[in-house]
Parts: sequence; structure tokens; C-alpha cells
Amino acid sequence: MDTVVCVKHVPETAEADIVIREDERGIEEKDLTFDINEADNYAVEEALLWKEKFGGSVTVITVGPEDANMTVRMCMAKGADRAIRLDDERFEGSDSYAIAKILHAALKDMDFDVVLTGIQASDDGHGQVGPILAQMLGIPHAASVVETEIIEEGKLARVHRELEGGLHEVVEIELPAVLTIQTGINEPRYASILGIRKATKKEIALSGLDDLGLGEDEVGEAGSKTRLEKLFLPPAGERAQILEGPPQEVSAELIGLLKDKGVI
Amino acid sequence: MGDVFVLAEHRRGELREVTLEMLGKGRELAGQLGGQLKAVLLGHGVDAFAKELADQAHEVLVVEDERLENFNSELYQKVLASLLTERKPTLTLIGHTACGMDLAPSLAAELNLPLATDCIGFEFEDGRLLAIREMYGGKLQARVSFLESRISNLESQYMATVRQAAFPLQELEPLGGQIVALDSPLAEEARRKKFIEYVEAAVGEVDITQSEIVVAVGRGIKERENLEIVEKLAEAVGGVLAGSRPVIDAGWLPPERQVGQSGKTVKPKLYIAVGISGASQHLAGMKGSETIVAINKDPNAPIFNVATYGIVDDLFKVVPALTEQLSGA
Ligand SMILES: Cc1cc2nc3c(=O)[nH]c(=O)nc-3n(C[C@H](O)[C@H](O)[C@H](O)COP(=O)(O)OP(=O)(O)OC[C@H]3O[C@@H](n4cnc5c(N)ncnc54)[C@H](O)[C@@H]3O)c2cc1C
Ligand SMILES: Cc1cc2nc3c(=O)[nH]c(=O)nc-3n(C[C@H](O)[C@H](O)[C@H](O)COP(=O)(O)OP(=O)(O)OC[C@H]3O[C@@H](n4cnc5c(N)ncnc54)[C@H](O)[C@@H]3O)c2cc1C
Repeated sequence: MDTVVCVKHVPETAEADIVIREDERGIEEKDLTFDINEADNYAVEEALLWKEKFGGSVTVITVGPEDANMTVRMCMAKGADRAIRLDDERFEGSDSYAIAKILHAALKDMDFDVVLTGIQASDDGHGQVGPILAQMLGIPHAASVVETEIIEEGKLARVHRELEGGLHEVVEIELPAVLTIQTGINEPRYASILGIRKATKKEIALSGLDDLGLGEDEVGEAGSKTRLEKLFLPPAGERAQILEGPPQEVSAELIGLLKDKGVI
Repeated sequence: MGDVFVLAEHRRGELREVTLEMLGKGRELAGQLGGQLKAVLLGHGVDAFAKELADQAHEVLVVEDERLENFNSELYQKVLASLLTERKPTLTLIGHTACGMDLAPSLAAELNLPLATDCIGFEFEDGRLLAIREMYGGKLQARVSFLESRISNLESQYMATVRQAAFPLQELEPLGGQIVALDSPLAEEARRKKFIEYVEAAVGEVDITQSEIVVAVGRGIKERENLEIVEKLAEAVGGVLAGSRPVIDAGWLPPERQVGQSGKTVKPKLYIAVGISGASQHLAGMKGSETIVAINKDPNAPIFNVATYGIVDDLFKVVPALTEQLSGA
């Protein structure tokens, strides 16, 4: 069972202050910490579980700058066999379609049973790369997967797709296929100290535009179908009434307000 | 030309609400584009839906085929690829749902169309269509343009998936559209992907939708051991304990306690969100609550946009203080 997992190196922004870049088409990244995209972490775990059960290999692949080595190295520390990083100045300006194109160029001649991606990236959140990649590879896909069962290696899998409100849909899908993994599908492991030490010495294969046999007009803005024109703060709606003061005081004030409203 | 197509989404004998939301917005966009609004309905035994949709569209295009009874992205893609190639609407809208996420990206890629996903707004600038979407968990929004097709003899065509509940249902004058039955272009069964069955969410011990007070905890709680302080708050205020997705993913609370798009929708009198950022998928399950209190140390957390009262501080200080005073009172 050979699995390729596409992983994205993303900034952690849930607790951080985000500053819009001067050109208004991106954010300042220098003060942010980066890590593997949450859903991709679950995808890596799913691939490792298959490897333990069926044998075979796990390859992780990313399109991203040198810093992204950290993310793929951590995947190797957990047990991935091989890592590939795709990077080129000319990738700048790529949208989901162009990113899928770049990944496709690297995967099209590889042997695999399954390609995993996350359901969506936590930063841009398009949720597009996996199914587009499947279309380019000419193989089927299933999005939002929360349970997998390999029925016959290399041939058939049965997966649960998460729908709304806790409902699942069970589908059977021919392999090779692309599955986009939703969070919560498993319990991602932590890397061991030994694993981390070993991974620092492992090689990360690097390819650029020319190695991939792609033309300049197939990537970056020229190879994209959409363009981010401008980032802005959400329009201020009816914001909450913010209660200020030390915890004791705000607690008392809040209780008073809730009692007045008759909710407690 | 200038037509807007809206893909009707239905499941287990029910038309899903996002369909009508898209038709409401689609009517406005079709007007701006100078075209017609058409609902596209694929299914089996869906006459009743067709009638319902006819009120809200200039035309309803129906593909009746027993193989389309349940959603299957492989078959939907085949049918829609043929329909959109033939009829060339300027804009095709699909719900940003589990179905839309499974269908739209590969369909757009097959047809070489630009696609913007999870859109919450549309604008025109110099006659050009722009989509508005959220990024970074709702902390920022982006204006996205669709690049013109570089194949010059093609009319511009775009596709967008639309966030659920982004466009409120409106009372609109009925359009009394025509229902047009189309031949199914499907020649064979699904080969590569088969729908097997639906599996219901397991019924748990508590039904959080029945409680008048819900206290929900998010990733801000950091460790399983810390859950206790929020549990105590729930007890003191007489509410039930619930969680955001990461808390359920981590196994700290059972699935039936998850609030949000893929969990439960609650509308209690009081909802207290502790260490929850307020991502759209979470808001989908709680923004109908009467009074919302948010406790979060980040003043820019999107949860404060829906909350009635907010406390911008460390939850580890605020929650125990609040619990103590509630218990003392
Ligand atoms: C080199 C580079 C340059 C970029 N330049 C710009 C720019 O100039 N302007 C702009 O607006 N945006 C830019 N982006 C962002 C880019 O548009 C988005 O990353 C892209 O649209 C994919 O969408 P998403 O990240 O929302 O992925 P989604 O479609 O939400 O991701 C789903 C899954 O696809 C896989 N995946 C996504 N991205 C990658 C990746 N990079 N490597 C491996 N797997 C991946 C992951 O498994 C992920 O979970 C750039 C990104 C990269 C990597
Ligand atoms: C298809 C799909 C379906 C989804 N369905 C759901 C769903 O049903 N329900 C759901 O909840 N999510 C759902 N999600 C996930 C959603 O996108 C978010 O990732 C999730 O809601 C984030 O949870 P959170 O707010 O707890 O965590 P985070 O976004 O990580 O936020 C944690 C918050 O805690 C705050 N914080 C940290 N420490 C402290 C402290 N000491 N004191 C005070 N505040 C602190 C931070 O400022 C931050 O705002 C879904 C995602 C997808 C793609």
C-alpha cells in the first residue's frame, strides 16, 4: 500500500494578530509560527496506519518555501519514508488550480494506491486542491472522509464521507483514488525524540519548474484561474458589548446583565 | 447569455435550504448580468422539488434518472459537464456543502472554469464579477476575481460555491418558471464511485439541543485536564457542556456534544463560548442563540461579531471567577 500525502505548511493564526501586507494581497508572515495544516496531520496519520497494517510506503509532498522542510521533516520523524518539496520563484501567484497542477506534475509518473490531502487548508481554506488533483490524474476522489476501510489493496476502498449535522454517507471507491481527509478521523501520533533525530539527517527531494517539465505559463498567476485582489478586515457588524475590568468585576457585571435579561 | 444556474441540492426527500438561498442571490445576480435564473435539478422522482423551484427561477432544468437518486459526484459531474458545456451559463452556483465540496472543484477543472469556493458575497466592479470569501478562520475577508478564459472564442463562464446561510432566505415574488425535462446523458452506472448508504450520527446520552443554557468549550482550553473548570461553570449556571470540533476530534467530549455545521445546531436562551474563535462552521450551529457570551483572549476573534457580551481575557482567570460568583449567588 503506497500512499502519497500532500501537506501544506501554514501559519497558525487562531491566536495571533494578523497584519495585512502593504500590497493588500497577503499577510505579514514574519511573526507567525508555522506548522502542518491541521487536516493534513490527520491525513499523514491515516497513511501511517495503513503502512503499519499493509506494509508499503508513505511519501509526503509539499509546495512551499524552504521553511516547509520543517513540516515534511516532522512527517518523516513520525514514519513517512520519503519527502518531496516543490519550490520555484515562478510558483508565486498560484491559486488552487495552479498548486494542483504543480502537484500533478510531480505525481503523474509515480506509483501509488492512494493520494491523501486535507479537506481544506486552515489559512486560505479553498478546499479545492484534492479534487482538482484527482481530475488531473484521471482518478476518482471522495471529499470530507472521516473513516476508511481498504477492501482490496490497489482495488477498492469503502469510506465514510461526513455530511452536515453528523450524518455520514458510505461510498465505495475504486483505487487509486484521492481522498480528502477531515479532522478527527484518527488520533495523530507525536514524533518520538529518536524519530526526530533520525529525520534531521534524511534528505528532502527538491524540484522546481524545469524538473517538473512544466511551462512558465502553467503555474503562478499565468497558470491560475482566480486572483486574490484584496484582503480586508471583516465589516464591523453589531459587535459584542465588551465588559472590561478584573475577572471578579466582569463576572459580577455579566451575572447582573444576564439576570436583568432573565436568562439566568 | 448572462444566465445564472443554481444546482439544487436535495437529500433523502428534502430540498436543502442552501438551494433557496442561492436562488435568492442568483435572481439578483442574473438581473445584474442581464440573463435568466435557472435551477438545475438532478434526481429521481423529484417532481415536487421541480414545482417548488419553479416559483423561484425562470426555468427549472430537470434531469430525471434513477441513478441520480442519491448524490454521487461522479454522476453529477458527468451530467453537469454536458449540460454546462451545451448551455454555457455565465455563472454556476453550487452550495459549499459536503456535496459541493465533492463536486465543484473537479467539475470546474474538467470544464476549465475558474472557481471561487465558500463565497459569502458577490460584487461587480467595472462590470467584472468578484467573489468575497473568508480567510484565516474568518479573521480576514478577500475579494477574488475570476480570470478571463484565455481561449478567446469562449464566452466567460465562472463557477462559485456558496456558503450555507450566507444569504438569508427572502420573500420574493414567484417567478412561475417553466419546468423543462432534459434527457439524461448518463450511459452507464457509476463505475468508480458507488453510493452505499447513509449512517446516522449515534445518539448519545445527552441532547444538547434541548438545553436552555449551553456552555461550549474550544481549543483555548489546551488540555483535557482543564475541561473541569468549564464543566464546573456549566454546573453552576445550570447548563449543559458542549464543545467545538477540535475538542471532539481530540476525544475530550463525545460527538453528540459538538456544536456546528457537522455537529448539532443549538438555539438556547444562553450560549457561553469559552476559548472558541468563532469559525463559520462553528457559528453555523449556534448563532441563533438568544444571548451569546464569549470569553476569549483575542479581541479580534470572530466570535465577538456574533456575541451579545464579550470578555477579552484569559479564560483560566475568568471562568473560575464566574463560577465562584454564580455558586455564591
Ligand atoms: C508557492 C505558493 C505561492 C502562492 N502564491 C500565492 C499568491 O501569490 N497569492 C495568493 O493569493 N495565494 C498564493 N498562494 C496560496 C494558494 O493560492 C493556495 O495555497 C492555493 O490556492 C491552495 O488553496 P488552499 O491553500 O486553500 O488549499 P485547499 O484546497 O484548501 O487545500 C486542501 C489540501 O490540499 C493540499 N494542499 C494545499 N496546498 C498545498 C501545498 N502548497 N502543498 C501541498 N499540498 C497542498 C493539502 O493537503 C490541503 O489540506 C500560494 C501558495 C503557494 C504554495
Ligand atoms: C467541513 C468542515 C466542518 C466543520 N464543522 C465544524 C463544527 O461542526 N463545529 C466546529 O466547532 N468546528 C467545525 N469545523 C472546524 C472549524 O473550521 C474550526 O477549525 C473550529 O471551529 C475551531 O475551533 P476552536 O474555535 O475551538 O479553535 P481555534 O480556532 O483554535 O480557537 C481557539 C480560541 O481560543 C482562544 N484562546 C486560547 N487560549 C485562551 C485563553 N487562555 N483564554 C481565552 N481564550 C483563549 C484563542 O484566542 C482562539 O480564538 C469544521 C471545519 C470544516 C472544514
